[in-house]
Amino acid sequence: MRYKLGICVFVGVLTGADVAAQQRPATPLPGSVFQSPEARAMQSDDTSNPAMLWVEKGRSLWTKSDGATGKSCASCHGDLQTVMKGVAARYPLVDQKSKTLMNIEGRINNCRTDHQQAPPLPYESNELLSLTSAITYQSRGDVRLVGIDGAAEPFFTQGRALFEQRQGQLNLACVQCHDGQVGRKLRGDTVSQGQTHGWPAYRLEWQSMGSLHRRIRSCSIGVRAEVLPYGAPSYLALELYLAWRGGSLPMESPGVRR
Amino acid sequence: MRSIRSKHYIGIALALELIFGVARADVNLPVVVTGDAVNAPLTQQVGRAAQGRVIVLSRQIGNCLICHAVPNEAKELAQGNVGPALSGVGGRLSEGQIRLRLIDQSRLNPRTIMPPYYRTNGLTNVAAQFVGKSVLDAQQIEDVVAYLVSLKE
Ligand code: HEC
Ligand code: HEC
Ligand code: HEC
Repeated sequence: MRYKLGICVFVGVLTGADVAAQQRPATPLPGSVFQSPEARAMQSDDTSNPAMLWVEKGRSLWTKSDGATGKSCASCHGDLQTVMKGVAARYPLVDQKSKTLMNIEGRINNCRTDHQQAPPLPYESNELLSLTSAITYQSRGDVRLVGIDGAAEPFFTQGRALFEQRQGQLNLACVQCHDGQVGRKLRGDTVSQGQTHGWPAYRLEWQSMGSLHRRIRSCSIGVRAEVLPYGAPSYLALELYLAWRGGSLPMESPGVRR
Repeated sequence: MRSIRSKHYIGIALALELIFGVARADVNLPVVVTGDAVNAPLTQQVGRAAQGRVIVLSRQIGNCLICHAVPNEAKELAQGNVGPALSGVGGRLSEGQIRLRLIDQSRLNPRTIMPPYYRTNGLTNVAAQFVGKSVLDAQQIEDVVAYLVSLKE
């Protein structure tokens, strides 16, 4: 018994599990603050923000009929700007029916399969990025209000644990960079708090809009950890934790990033 | 303060090893830690500083510049400042001290952000192509040690 305890303490010390004391940043800072002045200027002016192309495309997809029902999103929901105001700020959430954690991408696909009888849109397809961008845009300036109690609690707890878990061949936890090194230079990048309020975002390196899961996958690759599929439960749990972690930060999607 | 704590951790590790008679859990090859150093080279072949320089400065192999600057050596503008600049490290630290820091900095600072370059065990969720492999092999570690030792100013 005593030896077992010894091993636990030993392993705990070496893996840095004591980083777990971290909570959310006292002063939440939007990701744009850590970008170059050029990228910031692009993001703050809709006429120069390349991401707006996806928002526009999403607007037109909203009214396009699709699937066996021949219905459009608008047939059931009505005017995008009116009905989707503030919706993305409440996501991800636990879906009542499936009891699974759902982000905006998941919700859109759920409506496609269940309500339109159309095939789900693949992650990173122009269509899904466009619809996600258009819906998320309707929450610009809103403070996020995600539920973390009740049915959401296990997902939240999982997300926090993942954020604090050292992983990959480089043995690094999200919290070590996005809490411990904020403002420092990782080569050409300035490390931000890892906020999600600007996502989906246009990334100059990608020359494209990308989902939050694509961004997280880049960080997984960076630490040489296993890269999970888009929409993986672990990334969804992280998405919930990160949404909560942003505190009173207003949404700034679609962001422009290096 | 830090060195007392690290000695303590290493002490626990050694004690466990004696109790269980197993290899140390966090290093893939036998390494003898003395104080805050690994004095014995990991290979017969003496480290080659020129090769070490290539490893440190390359993005593909060592990628150390993501966190460290080496102002006298690298002309590249984008160097990181997460860790201390490496210029002069050969004057500050002994060869053995540098070796341990490359093998696994977390033995000295459990919260370190510097990756372990010669360790394969006790890691979580490692991408399939890297499972069972350390970031650098023994010879690469020795080459980097030789290079860093040469950075006297
Ligand atoms: C080695 C350091 C490092 C680790 C570990 C790391 N990241 Fe990142 N992350 C970065 C860098 C660098 C960027 C790009 C600059 C920035 O916005 O911070 C970034 C960007 C992000 C962003 C986008 C922020 C924005 O506003 O655009 C999110 C979200 C994020 N990371 C989440 C994560 C998650 C989740 C993990 C753990 C699975 C993680 N990161 C692990 C370095 C890291
Ligand atoms: C046949 C009607 C119907 C169609 C067509 C439809 N939806 Fe829905 N949508 C619903 C219903 C009903 C809900 C409530 C959740 C549920 O029961 O699935 C919903 C919920 C949503 C929500 C979450 C709202 C919230 O407050 O949480 C979003 C976002 C959404 N739909 C987007 C879309 C998009 C995008 C499309 C087109 C691709 C679409 N929907 C097509 C019926 C529809
Ligand atoms: C993710 C960031 C990161 C990377 C990558 C990294 N280091 Fe470090 N390194 C650090 C930090 C931070 C320290 C300070 C010590 C600590 O964290 O306990 C450090 C300390 C050191 C030291 C001791 C310096 C001194 O003056 O005490 C050496 C030597 C060193 N690193 C070499 C390297 C080499 C060589 C590489 C590439 C093979 C490398 N590091 C990669 C972050 C990093």
